[in-house]
Amino acid sequence: MNRRDFNKAAAAVGAAAAFSPLNVRAQAQKLKVGVILPRSGVQGFIGQSCQKGADLAPGVIKEMLGVDIELMNADWETNVDVARTRAERLIQEGAHVLVGPFDSGAAAAIAQVAEQRGVPFVINIAAAPQITEQGYKFVFRNFQTAPDIVRNGLALIGDLFRATNVAPRSAVFMHVNDTFGQAMRGAIGAILPSQTQLPFKIIETIAYDPAAKDLTVEVGKAKASKADFLLLVCRLNDGIILRREMIKQKWNPMGVVGPGSPGMYEEQFFKTLGKHSEHCISNVPWYNSKAELTKVVEKAFLKQNPKDKLAYHGLNVGFTFEAILIAADAFKRARSADPKTLAEAIRQTNITSKMMLGGPIKFNAKGQVEGIGSACLQNLNLLPTVVLPESAATAKPVFPAPGYQRV
Amino acid sequence: MTADLANVTNLALAGLLTGLVYGLMALGLSVIFGIVRVVNFAHGEMMTIAMYAAVVLNAALGLDPFLAVLIVAAAFFAFGYALQAGLINPFITRPEHSQFMLLVAVALIMVNALLVIFGPSARGVQLDYLLESIEFGALLIDRGKAYAALVACATSALLFAFFRFTATGKAIRACADNFLGAKVVGLNVKRYYALTFGLGSACVAVAGCMMILLVDVTPVIGPAYTLLAFVIVIVGGLGSMGGALLGGILIGVSEAMAGLLIQPSAKSMFSFALLILVLLLRPQGLLGRKP
Repeated sequence: MNRRDFNKAAAAVGAAAAFSPLNVRAQAQKLKVGVILPRSGVQGFIGQSCQKGADLAPGVIKEMLGVDIELMNADWETNVDVARTRAERLIQEGAHVLVGPFDSGAAAAIAQVAEQRGVPFVINIAAAPQITEQGYKFVFRNFQTAPDIVRNGLALIGDLFRATNVAPRSAVFMHVNDTFGQAMRGAIGAILPSQTQLPFKIIETIAYDPAAKDLTVEVGKAKASKADFLLLVCRLNDGIILRREMIKQKWNPMGVVGPGSPGMYEEQFFKTLGKHSEHCISNVPWYNSKAELTKVVEKAFLKQNPKDKLAYHGLNVGFTFEAILIAADAFKRARSADPKTLAEAIRQTNITSKMMLGGPIKFNAKGQVEGIGSACLQNLNLLPTVVLPESAATAKPVFPAPGYQRV
Repeated sequence: MTADLANVTNLALAGLLTGLVYGLMALGLSVIFGIVRVVNFAHGEMMTIAMYAAVVLNAALGLDPFLAVLIVAAAFFAFGYALQAGLINPFITRPEHSQFMLLVAVALIMVNALLVIFGPSARGVQLDYLLESIEFGALLIDRGKAYAALVACATSALLFAFFRFTATGKAIRACADNFLGAKVVGLNVKRYYALTFGLGSACVAVAGCMMILLVDVTPVIGPAYTLLAFVIVIVGGLGSMGGALLGGILIGVSEAMAGLLIQPSAKSMFSFALLILVLLLRPQGLLGRKP
């Protein structure tokens, strides 16, 4: 072949490619997903846990949907200002969609950036209700809002008491004093009075700094309340500090029950506290171990993390994976990475084969998925174990915790 | 003892023990200022480095911070001596704002170096006895805090003894009392200044090794501890060694009591309220001398 023949052939191939109906721009390119998580700082361990869900997503989704995904990872260092600038940078570097950030404060900041820049933002985990109450067009959340978490969490507490035939009369409520903690406090204050089937009253509320280095006083005050059990809305690090302090102060209430917060089911909680992590209870959105997609994700998870267990990362991996799945599914249907088209496609999402408990992934007009389910997890044999609802339970709940001593 | 009284006493004791470690931290700042007349704005950052040193020695060699303290304190003495002799001494006669900027720059370099080396995640040491308490009837004393407070007391006593009974200590005090007179009688003032900065740094190192028994460390906690050290030495009296310890105890106990009796979130607020009160009623601090 001489030079002219080669040029003719190249031009023909180029023209065929350019005018082919199959060559929709979106199909030829990868979906660039800006994954923004707190991989360092106070929430670093949780961010790294979420990252495991992001890391396995491209492979699983390629198999499922045939969509190529390029992850653009960013660490917001548990600092809301950094979250804002990282989001800006991801968009400048060409991210088609943002996913993250495991925090309500950061989610609120990133949502503003995404909305200003017109780039879809799929929130994996963040519960403050106001995020999807702003009339945003590019912000979507596949996670329960704080009122939903609390409503489901309190219902599970009622189930727990019924299942164990225990009726505590009082609780001390401790919560992190950040956007999420305040939202949870507001939701508990609004919802608990209407839950007349619950036998207990909150006799003391104690707010504490999420970056607290020492919780001696807070735990001492909680212990002094002589409450039957501790209702706790924590993060990971403070949850560990608080539990350590309970041990040091020999405070053994009926139990430590989270009505819907991270911390006590995380791998680091078990690693740091060992046997002292036992019997803590978290009522949280969780994965359906019987779902087909869960089995696929678990297989991919174990391939990437052979020495780990999905149960330690269930919520983080599940919702992060689903957030990327939502983006990929929309990209496939939209056949475009154009932000407006992609956002519109996300709005039309209807994913029925999902990993997390609850109904299909469908966004309402505010960009919020409704009907996400929760489970009651109890730390048993150093593993977060589903103990309620009975249909999903793999063990029976233990309440009061062994060693309970009335103060 | 009733449960309520026991709880109040337990928290007061916890505040006292934490306050003693705070006091040791502030003692370093007070010694350096009292003698060299340089305000060490990198004080909290230096303690943060000591905390990381204890974490690294524990992780790499399995050294308990109570043993690591010897290595870390020796290293910090050398570092402090070199810092004063090489960097700060030329600034001694310069305006105070130059000294301020110099030490703020040192602090910023330290924070960023720690971020580069360790990243921003929290680190700590995991030792079984840190989850134990010593019981005396209804009283519960945190074992880690109790040991740390004992070391703080011992270190403070050693430092007091050094300055009061040794020839070098007396010479250092002479330099602080009369700079010109000390030079006239032939004392090598700059060498004694470097020695003092070394001692102050070693003091911070001990405080850091004890503090890691109480809290986890991140690179950015330094400025908060610098501020806390300032609050303590201002309450106790800038330049007064006894004042630093007293200030530490007062801040520790008052924070604990404010948290228990008012609100936990009022802890820091109460420290600053105490600071304002002292500044209004006794500007030189509780044990400070009038200028």
